[in-house]
Amino acid sequence: MTSSASGIVRYLWLIPVLPMLAAGVGALLKQAQRRLSAALAIGSMSISLLLALLAFAEALGHPAVQVVNFRWMQFGDQWLSLGWLLDPLAAVMLVMVTFVGLLIFIYSLGYMAHDHNFTRFFCFLSLFAGAMLGVVIANSLVLLFMCWEVVGLTSYLLIGFWFQRPSAAAAAKKAFITTRVGDLGLLLGMVWLYAQSGTLLFYNQGAGCLEQSARTALAAHVTVGGMAVSTAIGLLIFCGAVGKSGQVPLHVWLPDAMEGPTPVSALIHAATMVAAGVYLIARVYPLMSAPALEVVAWVGSITALFAACIAVAQNDIKRILAYSTVSQLGYMMLGLGVGGVAVGMFHLITHAFFKALLFLGAGSVIHGCTEEQDIRNMGGLRPFMPITFLTYAAGMLALCGFPLFAGFWSKDAILHAAHGWGISRGPFYLGAIGALLTAFYMTRQVYYVFFGPRRLPEATAEPLASPRPPEQCVIVDPHESPSVMALPLVILAIFATFLGFAGTPAWPWFQSFLANQRAAFSFSGFSEPGLLSLMLTSSLIVFAGLLLGWWFYGRQPILRATDPDALERLQPSLFRALANRLYVDEFYGATVIALTRFAAAFSAFLDRWIFGGVVQLVSWIVTGLGWLDFSADKVLVNGGFDLGCRELFVGGRLFSRLQNGRVQNYLRVIALALVVLAVLLLWGRHG
Amino acid sequence: MNPLAGCLLVSALLFAIGLAGALTRRSAILVLAGIELMLNAANLNFIAFWRFGPHADALTGLIFVIFSIAVAAAEAAVGLALILAIYRFAKTSDVSELTEMKG
Repeated sequence: MTSSASGIVRYLWLIPVLPMLAAGVGALLKQAQRRLSAALAIGSMSISLLLALLAFAEALGHPAVQVVNFRWMQFGDQWLSLGWLLDPLAAVMLVMVTFVGLLIFIYSLGYMAHDHNFTRFFCFLSLFAGAMLGVVIANSLVLLFMCWEVVGLTSYLLIGFWFQRPSAAAAAKKAFITTRVGDLGLLLGMVWLYAQSGTLLFYNQGAGCLEQSARTALAAHVTVGGMAVSTAIGLLIFCGAVGKSGQVPLHVWLPDAMEGPTPVSALIHAATMVAAGVYLIARVYPLMSAPALEVVAWVGSITALFAACIAVAQNDIKRILAYSTVSQLGYMMLGLGVGGVAVGMFHLITHAFFKALLFLGAGSVIHGCTEEQDIRNMGGLRPFMPITFLTYAAGMLALCGFPLFAGFWSKDAILHAAHGWGISRGPFYLGAIGALLTAFYMTRQVYYVFFGPRRLPEATAEPLASPRPPEQCVIVDPHESPSVMALPLVILAIFATFLGFAGTPAWPWFQSFLANQRAAFSFSGFSEPGLLSLMLTSSLIVFAGLLLGWWFYGRQPILRATDPDALERLQPSLFRALANRLYVDEFYGATVIALTRFAAAFSAFLDRWIFGGVVQLVSWIVTGLGWLDFSADKVLVNGGFDLGCRELFVGGRLFSRLQNGRVQNYLRVIALALVVLAVLLLWGRHG
Repeated sequence: MNPLAGCLLVSALLFAIGLAGALTRRSAILVLAGIELMLNAANLNFIAFWRFGPHADALTGLIFVIFSIAVAAAEAAVGLALILAIYRFAKTSDVSELTEMKG
């Protein structure tokens, strides 16, 4: 074990292993042991949070990368080493994941209280959290990939948690398969990286693949199309991040993943798992060459706008948030591409808090409205659930980037970096329009859900996608959620409001921490050229978005659930296209999936008729040969033997007559032979 | 006719009588007696060839015959014992009925 570490770093592995152990024990519990399973999950997560805070303190005092490596597996004369690391990036993520995770665990206590499979839920949640923490502290691409895949697996398990619903089962499969497409790229990149640099450790006292010597070696090699190897590897690794973080064109699984329970949507599909892709890029950032980062920036900005457009026309409360997540992940990628690790990661952290808050708020709304998810059937919930409304509003303002809320600072840093990007202004404009749309669709959602009169669904209409048996879905007045659900909302709302102050231009503590510098407090940060005007512009954009939302949805209250959307009245065809998610799913259905189906049918044909025919033919030939052999055996060999045996038998019987048991006969023969012998001898002598 | 030819003639006669007895008699005891006769015909030949041969002073033929008689005595004892055993087993000593060993 090579180590340049001390204290908490040595025991850093406990942070992911504890929740994993809790999951392992939880898997053995019976359905009825609900309190024990929840206690295990929450207890392990609390200890992990404490350890993460200790690690954070260690990283504060000792901000260089600290690693612990150990040898894992030998093949040939080479050792595959694994290890874990602690640096400011990992420390920040550790605290974020454990803290948000713990809050969501607690919230789940209330949200899943009526579910039969409560213990299974907590088992999966713990496994997920452990794997995610493993991704965060991995010092080896192999270890990261293993945890990454476990994260993918738990995502599958949790999206399909209510697997008795066909849509949930399909969504789980879709998520798993779509992310696999990206993971293939990641795997290829990993293999290529290993072939080139001979190590997959990130940091190993100068010999790791992220350190200077390996990087210069990688940049020196040129592969197809004059591209440096490091660019190609970076792009392949980015493929994995595209899949996991729901970037265009692999974003299709993320909105469908809303079939899972709401805490899952909050934990996985907003706060942590989808952030794994962003974190991966931040982790291998030294590997990413300028051309690769250019791709990252473009993909991110296109995703940001694309998903924001679709979010405008969705009616499912969670689906709007899901598309908003895709859009925000696009911003993070944009930030990584144009501004570096700190810009992207700052948005990741703030987003984790306010998006978890929004999802939990949405869960609270859904819970309070007896599993109603369609915003057209809500309305006027503000007086019924004041805490949910206030916290939701805080989250919504943070997401929109309302001045002084957390999202404002982080999104502004991204836009500022995009504005100063030397290569193109395109991503900046895409991001700015995306910001406008973000404010617009969030205003729309809030007006639909919390304002106006209460709209009940049509009496005959089935409650939308209810996982519970229908008899529980009685229409009652909406109610505020229990305090076990409300408390996490309040805590998250506080963070969503104030977390941004950790990274303002005047006091860029977060950025300095990641960059391993000391932060200085001075208002001169604002005097950077163009920054203040840009902040003003982005504030104006947000206000414009809010105003547009109010103009369309707040001016006149929406009276009936069946009323067409205000935007639909204005632009019916555009709205329909957006409501159908710009037909991306249909496009995939018509191309990739149709092609796969065709290939499958063709393979089946090949298998059944060509290869099967050959096999059948061979079997017939062999059967024929067998028959031939059999008959030859029967006629020739058996017949020959039988004949021989019969002859021997007859001969034996013939000779046995000679031995008739009469002694005197034998004697006679002997005497006769004696006489003959005597005659022969005498005759021989005289003749 | 020299004395050797006479002796050989007697011996041949004795052998023929013994052989005829062994072949024709049904009683196992008489068969054994015939065999004894043939044996003694052979002994007579030994004596005759020794007495009228070139080295009559060496006692070779005599010794040989004494050995032969001793062996014949033992053989007769064994043969009679066999016949007794066969009789006890088959309740007969008629050799024409003792055909257990036929193939």
